[in-house]
Amino acid sequence: MEVVVVDHLNHTYPARRTVRGRLSQRAGRQALKDVSFAVQEGEIFGLLGPNGGGKTTTFHILSTFIPPTGGRASVFGHDVQREPSRVRERLGVVFQYPSLDKKLTVWENLEHQGHLYGLWGADLKERIGTVLSRVRLLDRARDLVEVLSGGLRRRVELAKGLLHRPGLLLLDEPSTGLDPGARRDLWDYLGELQSREKMTMVVTTHLMEEAEKCDRVAILNEGQLVALGTPESLKHEIGGDVISIESSKPDELQTAIEKRFAASCKVVDGSVRIERERGHEFIPQLVSAFPDLVRSVRLGKPTLEDVFILKTGHRFWSSDLEGERA
Amino acid sequence: MNRFLLASTTLWQRELVRFFRQRSRVIGALGPPILFWFLIGSGLGGSFRLATLPSEASVSGANYLQYFFPGTIALIVLFTAIFSTISIIEDRHEGFLQSVLVSPASRGSLVLGKILGGTTLAFIQAVLFLCFCPLVGISIHPLAFLFLLSVLFLLSFGLTGLGFLLAWQLDSTQGFHAIMNLLLIPMWLLSGALFPIAGAPAWLRFVMRLNPLSYSVSALQRSFWVHGHPLSAGLLSPLGCVLVTALFGAATFTLSMWTASRPNT
Repeated sequence: MEVVVVDHLNHTYPARRTVRGRLSQRAGRQALKDVSFAVQEGEIFGLLGPNGGGKTTTFHILSTFIPPTGGRASVFGHDVQREPSRVRERLGVVFQYPSLDKKLTVWENLEHQGHLYGLWGADLKERIGTVLSRVRLLDRARDLVEVLSGGLRRRVELAKGLLHRPGLLLLDEPSTGLDPGARRDLWDYLGELQSREKMTMVVTTHLMEEAEKCDRVAILNEGQLVALGTPESLKHEIGGDVISIESSKPDELQTAIEKRFAASCKVVDGSVRIERERGHEFIPQLVSAFPDLVRSVRLGKPTLEDVFILKTGHRFWSSDLEGERA
Repeated sequence: MNRFLLASTTLWQRELVRFFRQRSRVIGALGPPILFWFLIGSGLGGSFRLATLPSEASVSGANYLQYFFPGTIALIVLFTAIFSTISIIEDRHEGFLQSVLVSPASRGSLVLGKILGGTTLAFIQAVLFLCFCPLVGISIHPLAFLFLLSVLFLLSFGLTGLGFLLAWQLDSTQGFHAIMNLLLIPMWLLSGALFPIAGAPAWLRFVMRLNPLSYSVSALQRSFWVHGHPLSAGLLSPLGCVLVTALFGAATFTLSMWTASRPNT
């Protein structure tokens, strides 16, 4: 069953207005261009991309935070724009920026959350107890959120998102600001949630190693969907190994390699990249053919970053970072 | 339980709990008005002779500390309304409000809970300030007390609603501060809180009569008695003043509901 369907989604942020209603010089910015994908029940679906790629916009549209300016998105068959309240009932949302009230205790935060979802009384108490013990925070229930560490706060956020037993959990950059230990904990927990509860999850991330843990990944760049599939199949498209060569004259080296070995290669950020099978056998030939042009050689199995480079022709982080989230 | 009420109540309760957990906010809302009242009231006391305003016969016996008393209450209410609604701006993009906006709770319950929360806080503080009455020789008729409480409630409701309406449309707290200095404080200055309307030049009297806050302050002044006279003869009849205050509250609330229910906000 398809839990989320995103169909030719477009979004343009309006030109920003100042206090006095004058238009600022920045015109409307198109954040999503014709993005389509579907999320299957029970899978962890990753939205991977650099900042400004469109993943947070997609997250905001799916969470009914903003309506799209074009196309459709639906959750459990309900259109996010026309039936937002039906969508909200089934949706658990974990925000990137803390949505907890720091001046309240863990328990109080969850209590308010429950009330907003129409839960109350003994049923709510029991649910809070269950969800807190599940994220192993029952002993901190009476602590003010402001005294908790970042990792623990994120667990409370997660508990908050799970309290009303949603069918779909949306997480925006869930491991931002977490140390490696807390990050691992979080992903262990998400994995548990998937295997035990068959929870469907949509996770936005800019971290390759996080995207690797998803069942399927949609790669977004400058508002466009550039790749979609399981991490393995995406990496498989590259085939074989990735060789990258540091050189003082990368362009010259590129032409030379293409002429001599008839191998296709490209220059990305000053290094020459070649994708081919049995890379380890190719390297000695390369080095002996152009001893003066090769400074260092690196051989690796393809990563999702290589997929990104293949699809966009540039590095993940060199993408235009100026278009920040709106 | 009704979901609308459940959501409103929980948001109302949150406002109260948060407020009392932050001592700086309690001091911030009550402290400055009391200090202004005491300093301005004492300082101007010698130069401000209400006797120079023959038309305002009923206030001739009052000193400035007494005259400024109801205006101070209006200021306490205004400050509390501002402080409790300014959080909306920060909360919206990174904070508690985000999760309210994506929950099934209706926008109406959010508006009601938030505004009633601020109203309650402003009301409580205004009532606390009434304890100073006997100290400065102001008396309140027992019957007038109920009248006074209803005016205080309606005024708190109206000003918190106004704060909500402004805060919802702004994307920076700096913007709110600008509006506070350009609109809210002048509104208070021209409400008869600092000086009687009767003594102002004609053009100012005109502006002051257009200001809804003038009627609330006037209603408050009517409730406080000094030497057997109310502090002001009042702009309208007591009922008229309450009615204007209630209409102001209804208007800001309706507009807040309308603004917050628009999609894409």
